[in-house]
Amino acid sequence: MITEYHVNGGDFTNAGSVSSTVKKMMRQLGVDSTVVKRTVVALYEAEVNIVAHAYRGVVTVDLQPDKIYIKLADEGPGIADIPQAMQEGYSTASVAVREMGFGAGMGLPNIKANSDILNVNSVVGKGTTVEITNNF
Amino acid sequence: MDKQQENFHHALKFQYDLCIGCAHCTEICPTAAIHIENGLPVLNPNRCIDCGRCYSVCPVSAIYVEQDDFQTIYEYQNPVALVPSIFFSQFPEKIKHEEILSALHRLGFRFIYEVEKSVDILKHIINDRVNDEDLEKPVISSFCPAIVRLIQVKFPSLVNNIMRVKPPLDLTALHIKKQLVEENGIAEADMAIFYVAPCPAKIAAIKSPVGEDKSPITGVINMNFLYNKVLRVIKQGLEMPKHQYEHRDLMTRRSLQWSLSGGEIALMKEGRNLAIDEVHNVSAFLEKIENEDIDNIDFLELRACDQSCAGGILCANNRFLTVERQRKRAAASPVRISKKYNSISKNSEYLTANCSVGAVQPRSMDKLDNDRTVAMQKMEKAFKINKFLPQVDCRICGYQTCKEFAFAVTNEVIGLKSCIFVQRLLNENGGISPEERAELAKKTWGKQKLDINNIPDNLL
Repeated sequence: MITEYHVNGGDFTNAGSVSSTVKKMMRQLGVDSTVVKRTVVALYEAEVNIVAHAYRGVVTVDLQPDKIYIKLADEGPGIADIPQAMQEGYSTASVAVREMGFGAGMGLPNIKANSDILNVNSVVGKGTTVEITNNF
Repeated sequence: MDKQQENFHHALKFQYDLCIGCAHCTEICPTAAIHIENGLPVLNPNRCIDCGRCYSVCPVSAIYVEQDDFQTIYEYQNPVALVPSIFFSQFPEKIKHEEILSALHRLGFRFIYEVEKSVDILKHIINDRVNDEDLEKPVISSFCPAIVRLIQVKFPSLVNNIMRVKPPLDLTALHIKKQLVEENGIAEADMAIFYVAPCPAKIAAIKSPVGEDKSPITGVINMNFLYNKVLRVIKQGLEMPKHQYEHRDLMTRRSLQWSLSGGEIALMKEGRNLAIDEVHNVSAFLEKIENEDIDNIDFLELRACDQSCAGGILCANNRFLTVERQRKRAAASPVRISKKYNSISKNSEYLTANCSVGAVQPRSMDKLDNDRTVAMQKMEKAFKINKFLPQVDCRICGYQTCKEFAFAVTNEVIGLKSCIFVQRLLNENGGISPEERAELAKKTWGKQKLDINNIPDNLL
């Protein structure tokens, strides 16, 4: 089943709503709670990345009986050096974002740690696409 | 099936002969456990957490809380009343603590203990267990049984955050048994502990403990029921003279604060600890915790009732007045009681050795089917139905929300035609007859409500 959600850049108040919806769907499916938790943590982190860095984004969730595939495509500044962004501690988040408790520089590594397969593609000045796949 | 799933006991029961089918209970339920059929509420036992919100909103008192027959206490030589300290704070201030105690003795209790007695021991245990390696952070208090059940059904991924420690009720009961055997020479078979419950969740937890095999409690008495009995004895001036019963234990300030909101985190020596009360507030907060949206919290004191146990649905008085009296009593109580005079001190080691409970099992209420492929099909169908529904959550179909109705339709327990918006659409296209509409309304709301003869002539 494929569902789609819109995320607005800068709207920290509602960051996490996609994660909550997906969490409930995975539970309805009867997915093991460890996998649910991993997925939700990865998705939440990726959702917050859009809110913190991009202008807007679309989250496409493909839920299947044996796996979940999530694509987060944003329109934003993009990531110039993906390998560097994958390192722990690296952050481009502004001071304001950090003060809100977001953007501690753990984003991508944390997503990776909680995904079975992670793909990150980016075009500077256009946007970033993050693809997460978790098997049940 | 898992034992914890099998024995899911509920202390809340509907009295169908009193019920007027108003569906207030359907609306308030935090787990959407109630829907209406034939004009009466139907409870989904796998969802109900015994929080008692339905009991509070029922306008005709058609929901009752199961309790043991009070006469049972007379079957034992040594009936013990295990009373939450907030029981004493229910009474008008002009009634003294001693009067309440003596009235309880007059009613037949040989010994009276306050539930929070063991808090003096428990405070050391929780400070130690908050660092338990088997637990995930934030560690969640195991005290409120409605919260433990809420986590089991609605936040199953947080079951490993629940502290595996017995609540004061169980620890004090262990202390009582040991003390009465050793100091009063009473055989365990000759004593019976009756717990005075401020809420149905506590009753349900005693009848089917989570993470424990058996409860040390013999019977349960509804707090409101006992309040009225005690007040009557006092009003009639029938209390027992002071010299005829044994003097009570002193309580420390901290133990009296325990059952008030913030009382448990006040005992934590370090860390970032938060107290949240009322079940909908707790749900919203746990949603954030599950997303790992909030971190660096060490311990959460969560309570299903506003103002914690003072707001228990079986409490007789206004919760804010109860809190006021309880606070005053706490302020006038000693900070510390020397070991010599604190009867529970000598059982400290015994209680610490026997304070553990097993892990709490998840029982997700959301799961649509055991077969994931079937669950997937159901989800797709429910999603499609829900998208089409008006989302006004009018409850004319008998379900709490359009979403809940969509799942009921998916499970084929009700037809899509029971939605009043769908009926209107079909009506315009001639797809439903007035007779069928009337039938559907009766199926949800019962014949009584939809009998034209019940309307007085001059009103139409």
